[in-house]
Amino acid sequence: MADNVIVADEGADLSRRKFLTNATIATAAVGAVFVAVPFVESWTPSERARALGAPTELDVSKIDPGQMTIITWRRQPIYVVRRTPEMVQHLQGHDGDLKDPGSKNSDQPAYATNVLRARKAEYLVLIGTCTHLGCLPKQRFEAASAEMGPSWPGGFFCPCHGSRFDLSGRVFNGSPASVNLRVPPYEYPNENTLRVGADEKGTA
Amino acid sequence: MRISSSPVVKRSGRFLLAGLAEIVLVTGLVAMSGSVHAAEEASKEGTKALGADWQHTLPKNDVADKASLQRGARNFANYCLGCHSMKYERWSRMAKDLDIPENLLQKDLMPPGDKPAQYILTSMPAADAETWFGKTPPDLSLMARARGTAYLYQFLTTFYIDPTRPTGANNLRLPSTAMPAVLSELEGVKRAVYKTESRPGGGTEQVFDHFELLAPGRLTTAEYESFVRDTVNFLDYVGEPSQMARRALGVWVVLFLLVFTWLAWLMKKEFWKDVH
Amino acid sequence: MAATNDAPPRKGFMGWLNKRLPVDDFVKSQATGYYAPKNFNFWYFFGFIAVVVLGMQLLTGIFLTMFYKPGELTSFDSVEYIMREVDHGWLIRYLHSTGASAFFIVIYLHMFRALLYGSYKAPRELLWIFGMLVYLALMAEAFMGYVLPWGNMSFWGAQVIVNLFGTIPAIGPPLVEWIRGDYGIADATLNRFFALHVVAIPLGLLLLVLLHLVALRTTGSNNPDGIEIKKNLGRDGHPIDGIPFHPYYTVKDTVGAGVFFILFSIIVFFLPTFGGLFLEGPNFEPANPMSTPEHIAPVWYFTPFYAILRAVPDQRMGALLMGIAVASFLFLPWLDRSPVKSMRYRGPISKVMLAVFVISFIALGYLGLQPAEGLYVMLARIFTVGYFAYFWLMPIYSRASFDAVKQVPERVVFHAH
Repeated sequence: MADNVIVADEGADLSRRKFLTNATIATAAVGAVFVAVPFVESWTPSERARALGAPTELDVSKIDPGQMTIITWRRQPIYVVRRTPEMVQHLQGHDGDLKDPGSKNSDQPAYATNVLRARKAEYLVLIGTCTHLGCLPKQRFEAASAEMGPSWPGGFFCPCHGSRFDLSGRVFNGSPASVNLRVPPYEYPNENTLRVGADEKGTA
Repeated sequence: MRISSSPVVKRSGRFLLAGLAEIVLVTGLVAMSGSVHAAEEASKEGTKALGADWQHTLPKNDVADKASLQRGARNFANYCLGCHSMKYERWSRMAKDLDIPENLLQKDLMPPGDKPAQYILTSMPAADAETWFGKTPPDLSLMARARGTAYLYQFLTTFYIDPTRPTGANNLRLPSTAMPAVLSELEGVKRAVYKTESRPGGGTEQVFDHFELLAPGRLTTAEYESFVRDTVNFLDYVGEPSQMARRALGVWVVLFLLVFTWLAWLMKKEFWKDVH
Repeated sequence: MAATNDAPPRKGFMGWLNKRLPVDDFVKSQATGYYAPKNFNFWYFFGFIAVVVLGMQLLTGIFLTMFYKPGELTSFDSVEYIMREVDHGWLIRYLHSTGASAFFIVIYLHMFRALLYGSYKAPRELLWIFGMLVYLALMAEAFMGYVLPWGNMSFWGAQVIVNLFGTIPAIGPPLVEWIRGDYGIADATLNRFFALHVVAIPLGLLLLVLLHLVALRTTGSNNPDGIEIKKNLGRDGHPIDGIPFHPYYTVKDTVGAGVFFILFSIIVFFLPTFGGLFLEGPNFEPANPMSTPEHIAPVWYFTPFYAILRAVPDQRMGALLMGIAVASFLFLPWLDRSPVKSMRYRGPISKVMLAVFVISFIALGYLGLQPAEGLYVMLARIFTVGYFAYFWLMPIYSRASFDAVKQVPERVVFHAH
């Protein structure tokens, strides 16, 4: 044993050894976290993705009353519906059939937390993705149609699992979806231009 | 080949030697690189026109000088964007890095109709350019990295009139260049003056001696030199927009590693007390 | 204290694990119970650092593959996308490009250690051969990696090197077309190099490095005095000149890694192109089959062999000589007739010849970067002779009868540090 060198000397400061080992390992761990940061961050949307996800604009005066146009923003379909006064009227009177009539549990900007779920009554702007599992709901704007039944006020019907939404995107009882269709941030830089993806808070 | 067995050299000296050997190796590689890529040196100050030693004009540019970069961006938009694109750089990226507010960006720099998120593209159709100039004006995003800032500076300052060329101009840095002397309205029109020198193998040859200003431009020599420096500085930035962030991060990384290595060194010394 | 064979089995999670995987046995045999010579010096850092660099290249390479798009129309653009638009993409790219050059600096220093101390001699011939195979795989990996950005030097470098295979008699020209997959360096070439660079060669490298490490652990490591420490065992059965790899060399290698990363980071963050040596100017222009760069040179780590290639006026003979220059390393265990391993105990002629080799290698490296004309060609020829003399005259000059050796001590020479 005397020939060998591996046993710690009697005077060896084991506590110093332990301290230095722990300090080095702790510093290495901090370093490892710092090294991980650029790699993890490289997965965030790149400049190109952010540029492609820039706000989209639409001239809403070109939409016929009662019609819907679909544009894209950040790879999502955006429904823009030009509601007639009659369609706006049909938003009243069926709160009891809705899961979230006040949009308390749903996802929309502050200016869309109303019955209209929009800044202007005339234009409804929604993210056209069913809040159940993501299919595109189809438009069923005609009230009391043969297909939808006599009490149907007009709105959207999702073909995948049967969720139904009214003309503000609010979800009906009995639907698999539990919250209203989402409203993206948007603004009107001028009378006829809708810009989806930006509002008072800046660009989304 | 013993590093050292002299008792005079302390044990830790071996480690210093180790580090030194690595630094020598790195320095050796850098010295070797000198023959491949000219190092930046202090440029010739003042208003002297370029002389026979024009190839040794190596301007110093500072990409941290945002005011210079802004002037360079304006120069580029006014004098280069007509033919050259920078297809890897976005207007918005440039505005953010150079602290240019968006309204100024749209008003002074961007062609009307372009959006800030778009890449900086020239409006000259490539096919037309090829017809007019014989080749497409190259994209300039990476020109500073490909040829170096010294090359760019020399290129922009050595145009001279040459009636034998289709553009009426030639260039010392890039002889027979297809690019016309578009900056002559600023720089003035120059003539290249040659002198006769004896050739090593016998006989004589014409060697460039100096430029003669035939007609002055809107800028003085000093102003034009400044113009070119700002423009080259801007091209240096566009070649690698992240270079400032790179250097800033590097300081912290090296500092952290110095602390870590020092701790590891103490730990090593502690454990190696066992070894006799 | 290392656990002995009759230590009680561990309780808890480690006990559960050890019944299913030989964790404790592995740690004992490879770390705490593996004895390495205590006199390792500066030259012994580079094996561990090479493994660290390999790990770093794998990590950064995988992340680059997430953003890089191989293809003659997309490669160059995708690299600029990484540099400018991917968050911290520039850092991942520079780590990978600097890492490639760092890998070769480390490997050359690692190989030099073997020349210095005779680490290739019996019983370590197979260790040396596996190491050489790692080196060859690394050269192929680096060559293909350099083609991927599809810059102008990527293209023309590929053109020149692939054309070399055309010098092989009879099968040359069809072989070149087969490698390229087209009539010139093209999209097909780029894509297959991508697959080889990202998948095939890394797998091969990992296997070869593993075999290299197993061979090392089988014979035990050499040391600066060239003494076989296993010949001198202490009362506890361990070599008296050995110390457990863990903790002594684990802590020492940590310091080595720290110093390495300081130098490495200085380059990554402040000198990533390294004056045009690590990232060459012409490669910032896209590949152009119609325009050759002024000076075609391979990346610096290939230039010694490139200089040898150009030193010979005949293309076929030049290529052959270049191949022999690389292959010569493989024969070292059998060319070396010296009874001692380490340069410390060899005679002056061996030391001079090694110095001649090192100077020739570095000089050839420099000359490989210069245009092949005038004085440069003549110097390249002289240093080519120096390079080959080291290997092929060794059977003569390494003999003890030719170059007297000194007495090798019984115990290693060690100063506490």
